[in-house]
Amino acid sequence: MGDNISDTDASTDERARDYWRANVRLLAVLLAIWFIVSFGCGILLRDFLDQWRIGGYPLGFWFAQQGSIYAFIALIVIYVRRMRAIERRFGLGDE
Amino acid sequence: MTTQALIYLFVGLSFALYIGIALWSRAGSTSEFYVAGGHVGPAVNGMATAADWMSAASFISMAGLIAFLGYDGSVYLMGWTGGYVLLALLLAPYLRKFGQFTVPDFIGTRYYSKTARVVAVICLIFISFTYIAGQMRGVGIVFSRFLDVPVDLGVIAGMAIVFVYAVLGGMKGITYTQVAQYCVMIFAYLVPAFFISFLVTGNPIPQMGLGGTVADGSGDFVLQRLDATLTDLGFTAYTEGTKSTIDVFCITMALMVGTAGLPHVIVRFFTVPTARDARKSAGWALVFIALLYTTAPAVGGFARLNFTETVNETAYAEAPGWFTSWESNDLIAFNDRNGDGVMQYRSGAPFEGPPVFTGETGEAGERLVSNAPAEGENEVYVDNDIMVLANPEIANLPGWVIALVAAGGLAAALSTAAGLLLVISAAVSHDLLKQTFRPQITEKGELLAARLAATAAIVVAGLLGIYPPGFVAQVVAFAFGLAAASLFPAILLGIFSKRMNKEGAIAGMVTGLAFTFLYIAWFKLWMPQANVAENWLFGISPEGIGVIGMLLNFAVALAVSAVTKSPPVEIRRLVDDIRLPSVKASS
Repeated sequence: MGDNISDTDASTDERARDYWRANVRLLAVLLAIWFIVSFGCGILLRDFLDQWRIGGYPLGFWFAQQGSIYAFIALIVIYVRRMRAIERRFGLGDE
Repeated sequence: MTTQALIYLFVGLSFALYIGIALWSRAGSTSEFYVAGGHVGPAVNGMATAADWMSAASFISMAGLIAFLGYDGSVYLMGWTGGYVLLALLLAPYLRKFGQFTVPDFIGTRYYSKTARVVAVICLIFISFTYIAGQMRGVGIVFSRFLDVPVDLGVIAGMAIVFVYAVLGGMKGITYTQVAQYCVMIFAYLVPAFFISFLVTGNPIPQMGLGGTVADGSGDFVLQRLDATLTDLGFTAYTEGTKSTIDVFCITMALMVGTAGLPHVIVRFFTVPTARDARKSAGWALVFIALLYTTAPAVGGFARLNFTETVNETAYAEAPGWFTSWESNDLIAFNDRNGDGVMQYRSGAPFEGPPVFTGETGEAGERLVSNAPAEGENEVYVDNDIMVLANPEIANLPGWVIALVAAGGLAAALSTAAGLLLVISAAVSHDLLKQTFRPQITEKGELLAARLAATAAIVVAGLLGIYPPGFVAQVVAFAFGLAAASLFPAILLGIFSKRMNKEGAIAGMVTGLAFTFLYIAWFKLWMPQANVAENWLFGISPEGIGVIGMLLNFAVALAVSAVTKSPPVEIRRLVDDIRLPSVKASS
């Protein structure tokens, strides 16, 4: 790394702590979306969303049987990418 | 070639392929036997995970369940995919960083306790055996229906195949056979789905077909047609459910969390080289799983429409060939209660309980049952499982498609059975022998013990398949509920709470396990007649109760750990280490 991070114990600990905070923040955001698309759109708000349609699918039904699954894949892809970026920022990573 | 010959050919070729792969990838060390040496690439592991995960239940039963449950079937679709988000974000990378062989390894080390390890082993063995019973039944069904051999012989043939590649190859052999099995399975699932979607809607992509219009020029959407047809016959509309919102919520949550806590799924992430690969691999796994899981609701919807339109108000004498051939396998029954020889398919059960055939035939030629008639006008009994297995016949597809489905069903059941057998054998040889009772065992001795344990587990699994314990689908609720209530919270707290100690984790696991076990056993085994919504705690069915067990586990674990002494400093250091991907050498 070109960055001038010295490797004393104190700064390594601090770096690890900041890395962990960034990780947990990312998890919180992604899990909130995970909850909203599946439990929110697919279950709790289904009746409300069913007033709109995607083709022949009532919207709430679509979220429950199709949309939430696509959203899950997107969430993991975003997670993998964002974690790489975070690891790079903190100079961590398993090569 | 006849369809029967094609089936033998396809099944025989696929078995030869699995055994060939097993011989080519024999395991030589415990590390290869338990985790394939830790050298499996993320995409390959994702594919193996998908095969490991998608069982006979996913391949054979799920579309049928959705066909009959309509919207309520969404609990399986979301529940059995959403767990991978939890796995990718909360468990897999950290467990990989920890880098041992088994799930009890993590729990035993993190909670510095042999007791915790043994509790985890008990949870794991119970979960895995309930799950494996269903796989063996699946193998038996496919054999008896497609190959015309008795169910018992089918189970024994399945055991022999799994024996060869699980005992010889260990995780290494299983990984590469699972990749082959995934390919067979997904091809076998998608080909008939394309055909049927095209026949019903004119659009070969099933995910779009289900949202499209029926190809008969009427301009009706498929789902509208289904809703109208079913409500006419007294059923609930397809896009509406009958389960309460809280129950749908809890079942979905229990299945998601249970998926993330299933040992045979978690252990697949020990086989990739790094924590980063574990994340990627979970993504790949979900992509491969989603291919089947987004297709299943379409298969279910089309099958329900086809079945209803073909069977209802059709004279038994003119019923299509598949109807009578499945009738002869006990999965369909016609109870001509008004004696007109015509099948009236309505809401409600045609008679009490599963059919008991008398061996005599009625006026129209149907097999008679001795069951007491139920309320209502329905005359047709149909088992959920035939929706996928009979779909190619219902839609008049060519013989090779039917043969493909037979090979696919076997691939799905065998791949999952092998994964389960492996975690059972590793728990016995590694956790019970090496780490707890016989620490002086040599690596060679441990490898031999692992192979013997796998052999014993195959025999037990086969017996469970030949003498199934009650209704297998009911037992599967155990596996997810118990995984959600016992293992998942212990692993999650082990990573995300440094303060969590052995007292808290053990108390939490035991509480979650005991509560969930008793609740499910009460309603499913001891008092099945009391299993109605009025008697359920907060209106939550036994399928969803794992969520409450999980919350109890968290609550007890946090409370107990708050009043007992914090874990030793080397454990807190271990947690710090698990949380970080390995630190690069400094510049």
